[in-house]
Amino acid sequence: MKKNWWKVIAVLFIFYTIIAGFLIKVPAQPILHETIRNLYFHVPMWFAMMTILFVSVWYSVKYLNKSTIENDILATQAAQTGMLAGLLGIITGSIWAKFTWGAWWVSDTKLNGAAITLLIYLAYFVLRGSIDEEQKRARIAAVYNIFAFVMLIVFLMILPRMNDSLHPGNGGNPGFNKYDLDSNMRMVFYPAVIGWILLMVWIFTLKVRLEKIKRKLLYND
Amino acid sequence: MLFTQIKYLIAKEIKLEMRNKYALGGILLYVVSTIFVSYLSFKSIVTPSVWNALFWIILLFASINAIAKSFISETKGRLLYLYTLTSPQAVILSKIIYNCILLTFLSGLCLLVYSVFIGNLIQDYVLFCITLLLGSFGFSSLLTMVSAIASKSNNNFTLMAILSFPIMIPLLMVLIKLSKNAIDGLEHWDMNFLMVLVFINVIIIALSFVLFRYLWRE
Repeated sequence: MKKNWWKVIAVLFIFYTIIAGFLIKVPAQPILHETIRNLYFHVPMWFAMMTILFVSVWYSVKYLNKSTIENDILATQAAQTGMLAGLLGIITGSIWAKFTWGAWWVSDTKLNGAAITLLIYLAYFVLRGSIDEEQKRARIAAVYNIFAFVMLIVFLMILPRMNDSLHPGNGGNPGFNKYDLDSNMRMVFYPAVIGWILLMVWIFTLKVRLEKIKRKLLYND
Repeated sequence: MLFTQIKYLIAKEIKLEMRNKYALGGILLYVVSTIFVSYLSFKSIVTPSVWNALFWIILLFASINAIAKSFISETKGRLLYLYTLTSPQAVILSKIIYNCILLTFLSGLCLLVYSVFIGNLIQDYVLFCITLLLGSFGFSSLLTMVSAIASKSNNNFTLMAILSFPIMIPLLMVLIKLSKNAIDGLEHWDMNFLMVLVFINVIIIALSFVLFRYLWRE
């Protein structure tokens, strides 16, 4: 229990997010209407994705310092979990976009950023798949992971200066903090962010354990 | 120490290139024939944004083809030989500088042939040339590093493209924006974007400098 308290928090926060997110009063806005509740599911996914991807790069750096296969497993599984969060973010965002902007996919800087993130990490997995030798694969993949992540950060930094975005809080659109006068939404949003991040970390640790067991079985045979 | 090593390594690259000219000739012909094919399909282009986009796409593919061979064509024996003689930083920097010279030449030729066949809409030549120069520099540093990564894998030419496209997009978008300004002949140069371009170049070089030694040891 001492080690797993954060898992309890994750479960509690996510139940709270789902129940309170659908029931608590939200500001009534034209166009948005009740879809504003997607804020508790769509936005935290991106927080979770960036956190997990940062974990992945962290272990890639660690691998280059100290080449143990454990660091490589951690980096890979983190990248995969990050992709899961990114995919969920795109799906929830796509549904939201359909009901508010009228299309599943629109030309928008943030959507392009999300698409490029997915492309980079898909390329990362293809790169891993194309190298057979274990240590070499881990090393080359770690180098690409670091290189690509830095370029991604640069991209996410300069992109908003190039074009305006349809997203709230960008390009003259009011952010959600303008609507949320009585801080009702904040009460759900912050726990939602923490809850989803913790859930993704939990998924990540489970994936790592599974991968280690798989390796053990492979070497025992 | 590093500088003399780089000097000799660049001299080696140029000598090798001169010895088998078909590789250089191949890439020059690649640019010319791509432009000719686009000329036959587009006839002439009068829309600045289309002109701009097509130019950079042609240059992008030509650069990938030109630089892909820089590590992929290196034999294991020669790399091992270099390993005993020089530092990894000297190897990557010399390759980047050499590829930069190659790409500057290539982009100049591309611009020339492109303007002859498809037409020339540029109004601000100085800005366009600066963009082209910074672009060649950025392309060469990024693609050299990606080529080093791709050369370690099994199907390296496909990987070269899929590894480089997503991370090249920030560079490409800034370049397209700047060269569009040059085509439109805007009175004020957008110093912000020029700074961003220089900044991206510096970051790529720094990353290559730090990361290449991990790629290189077998």
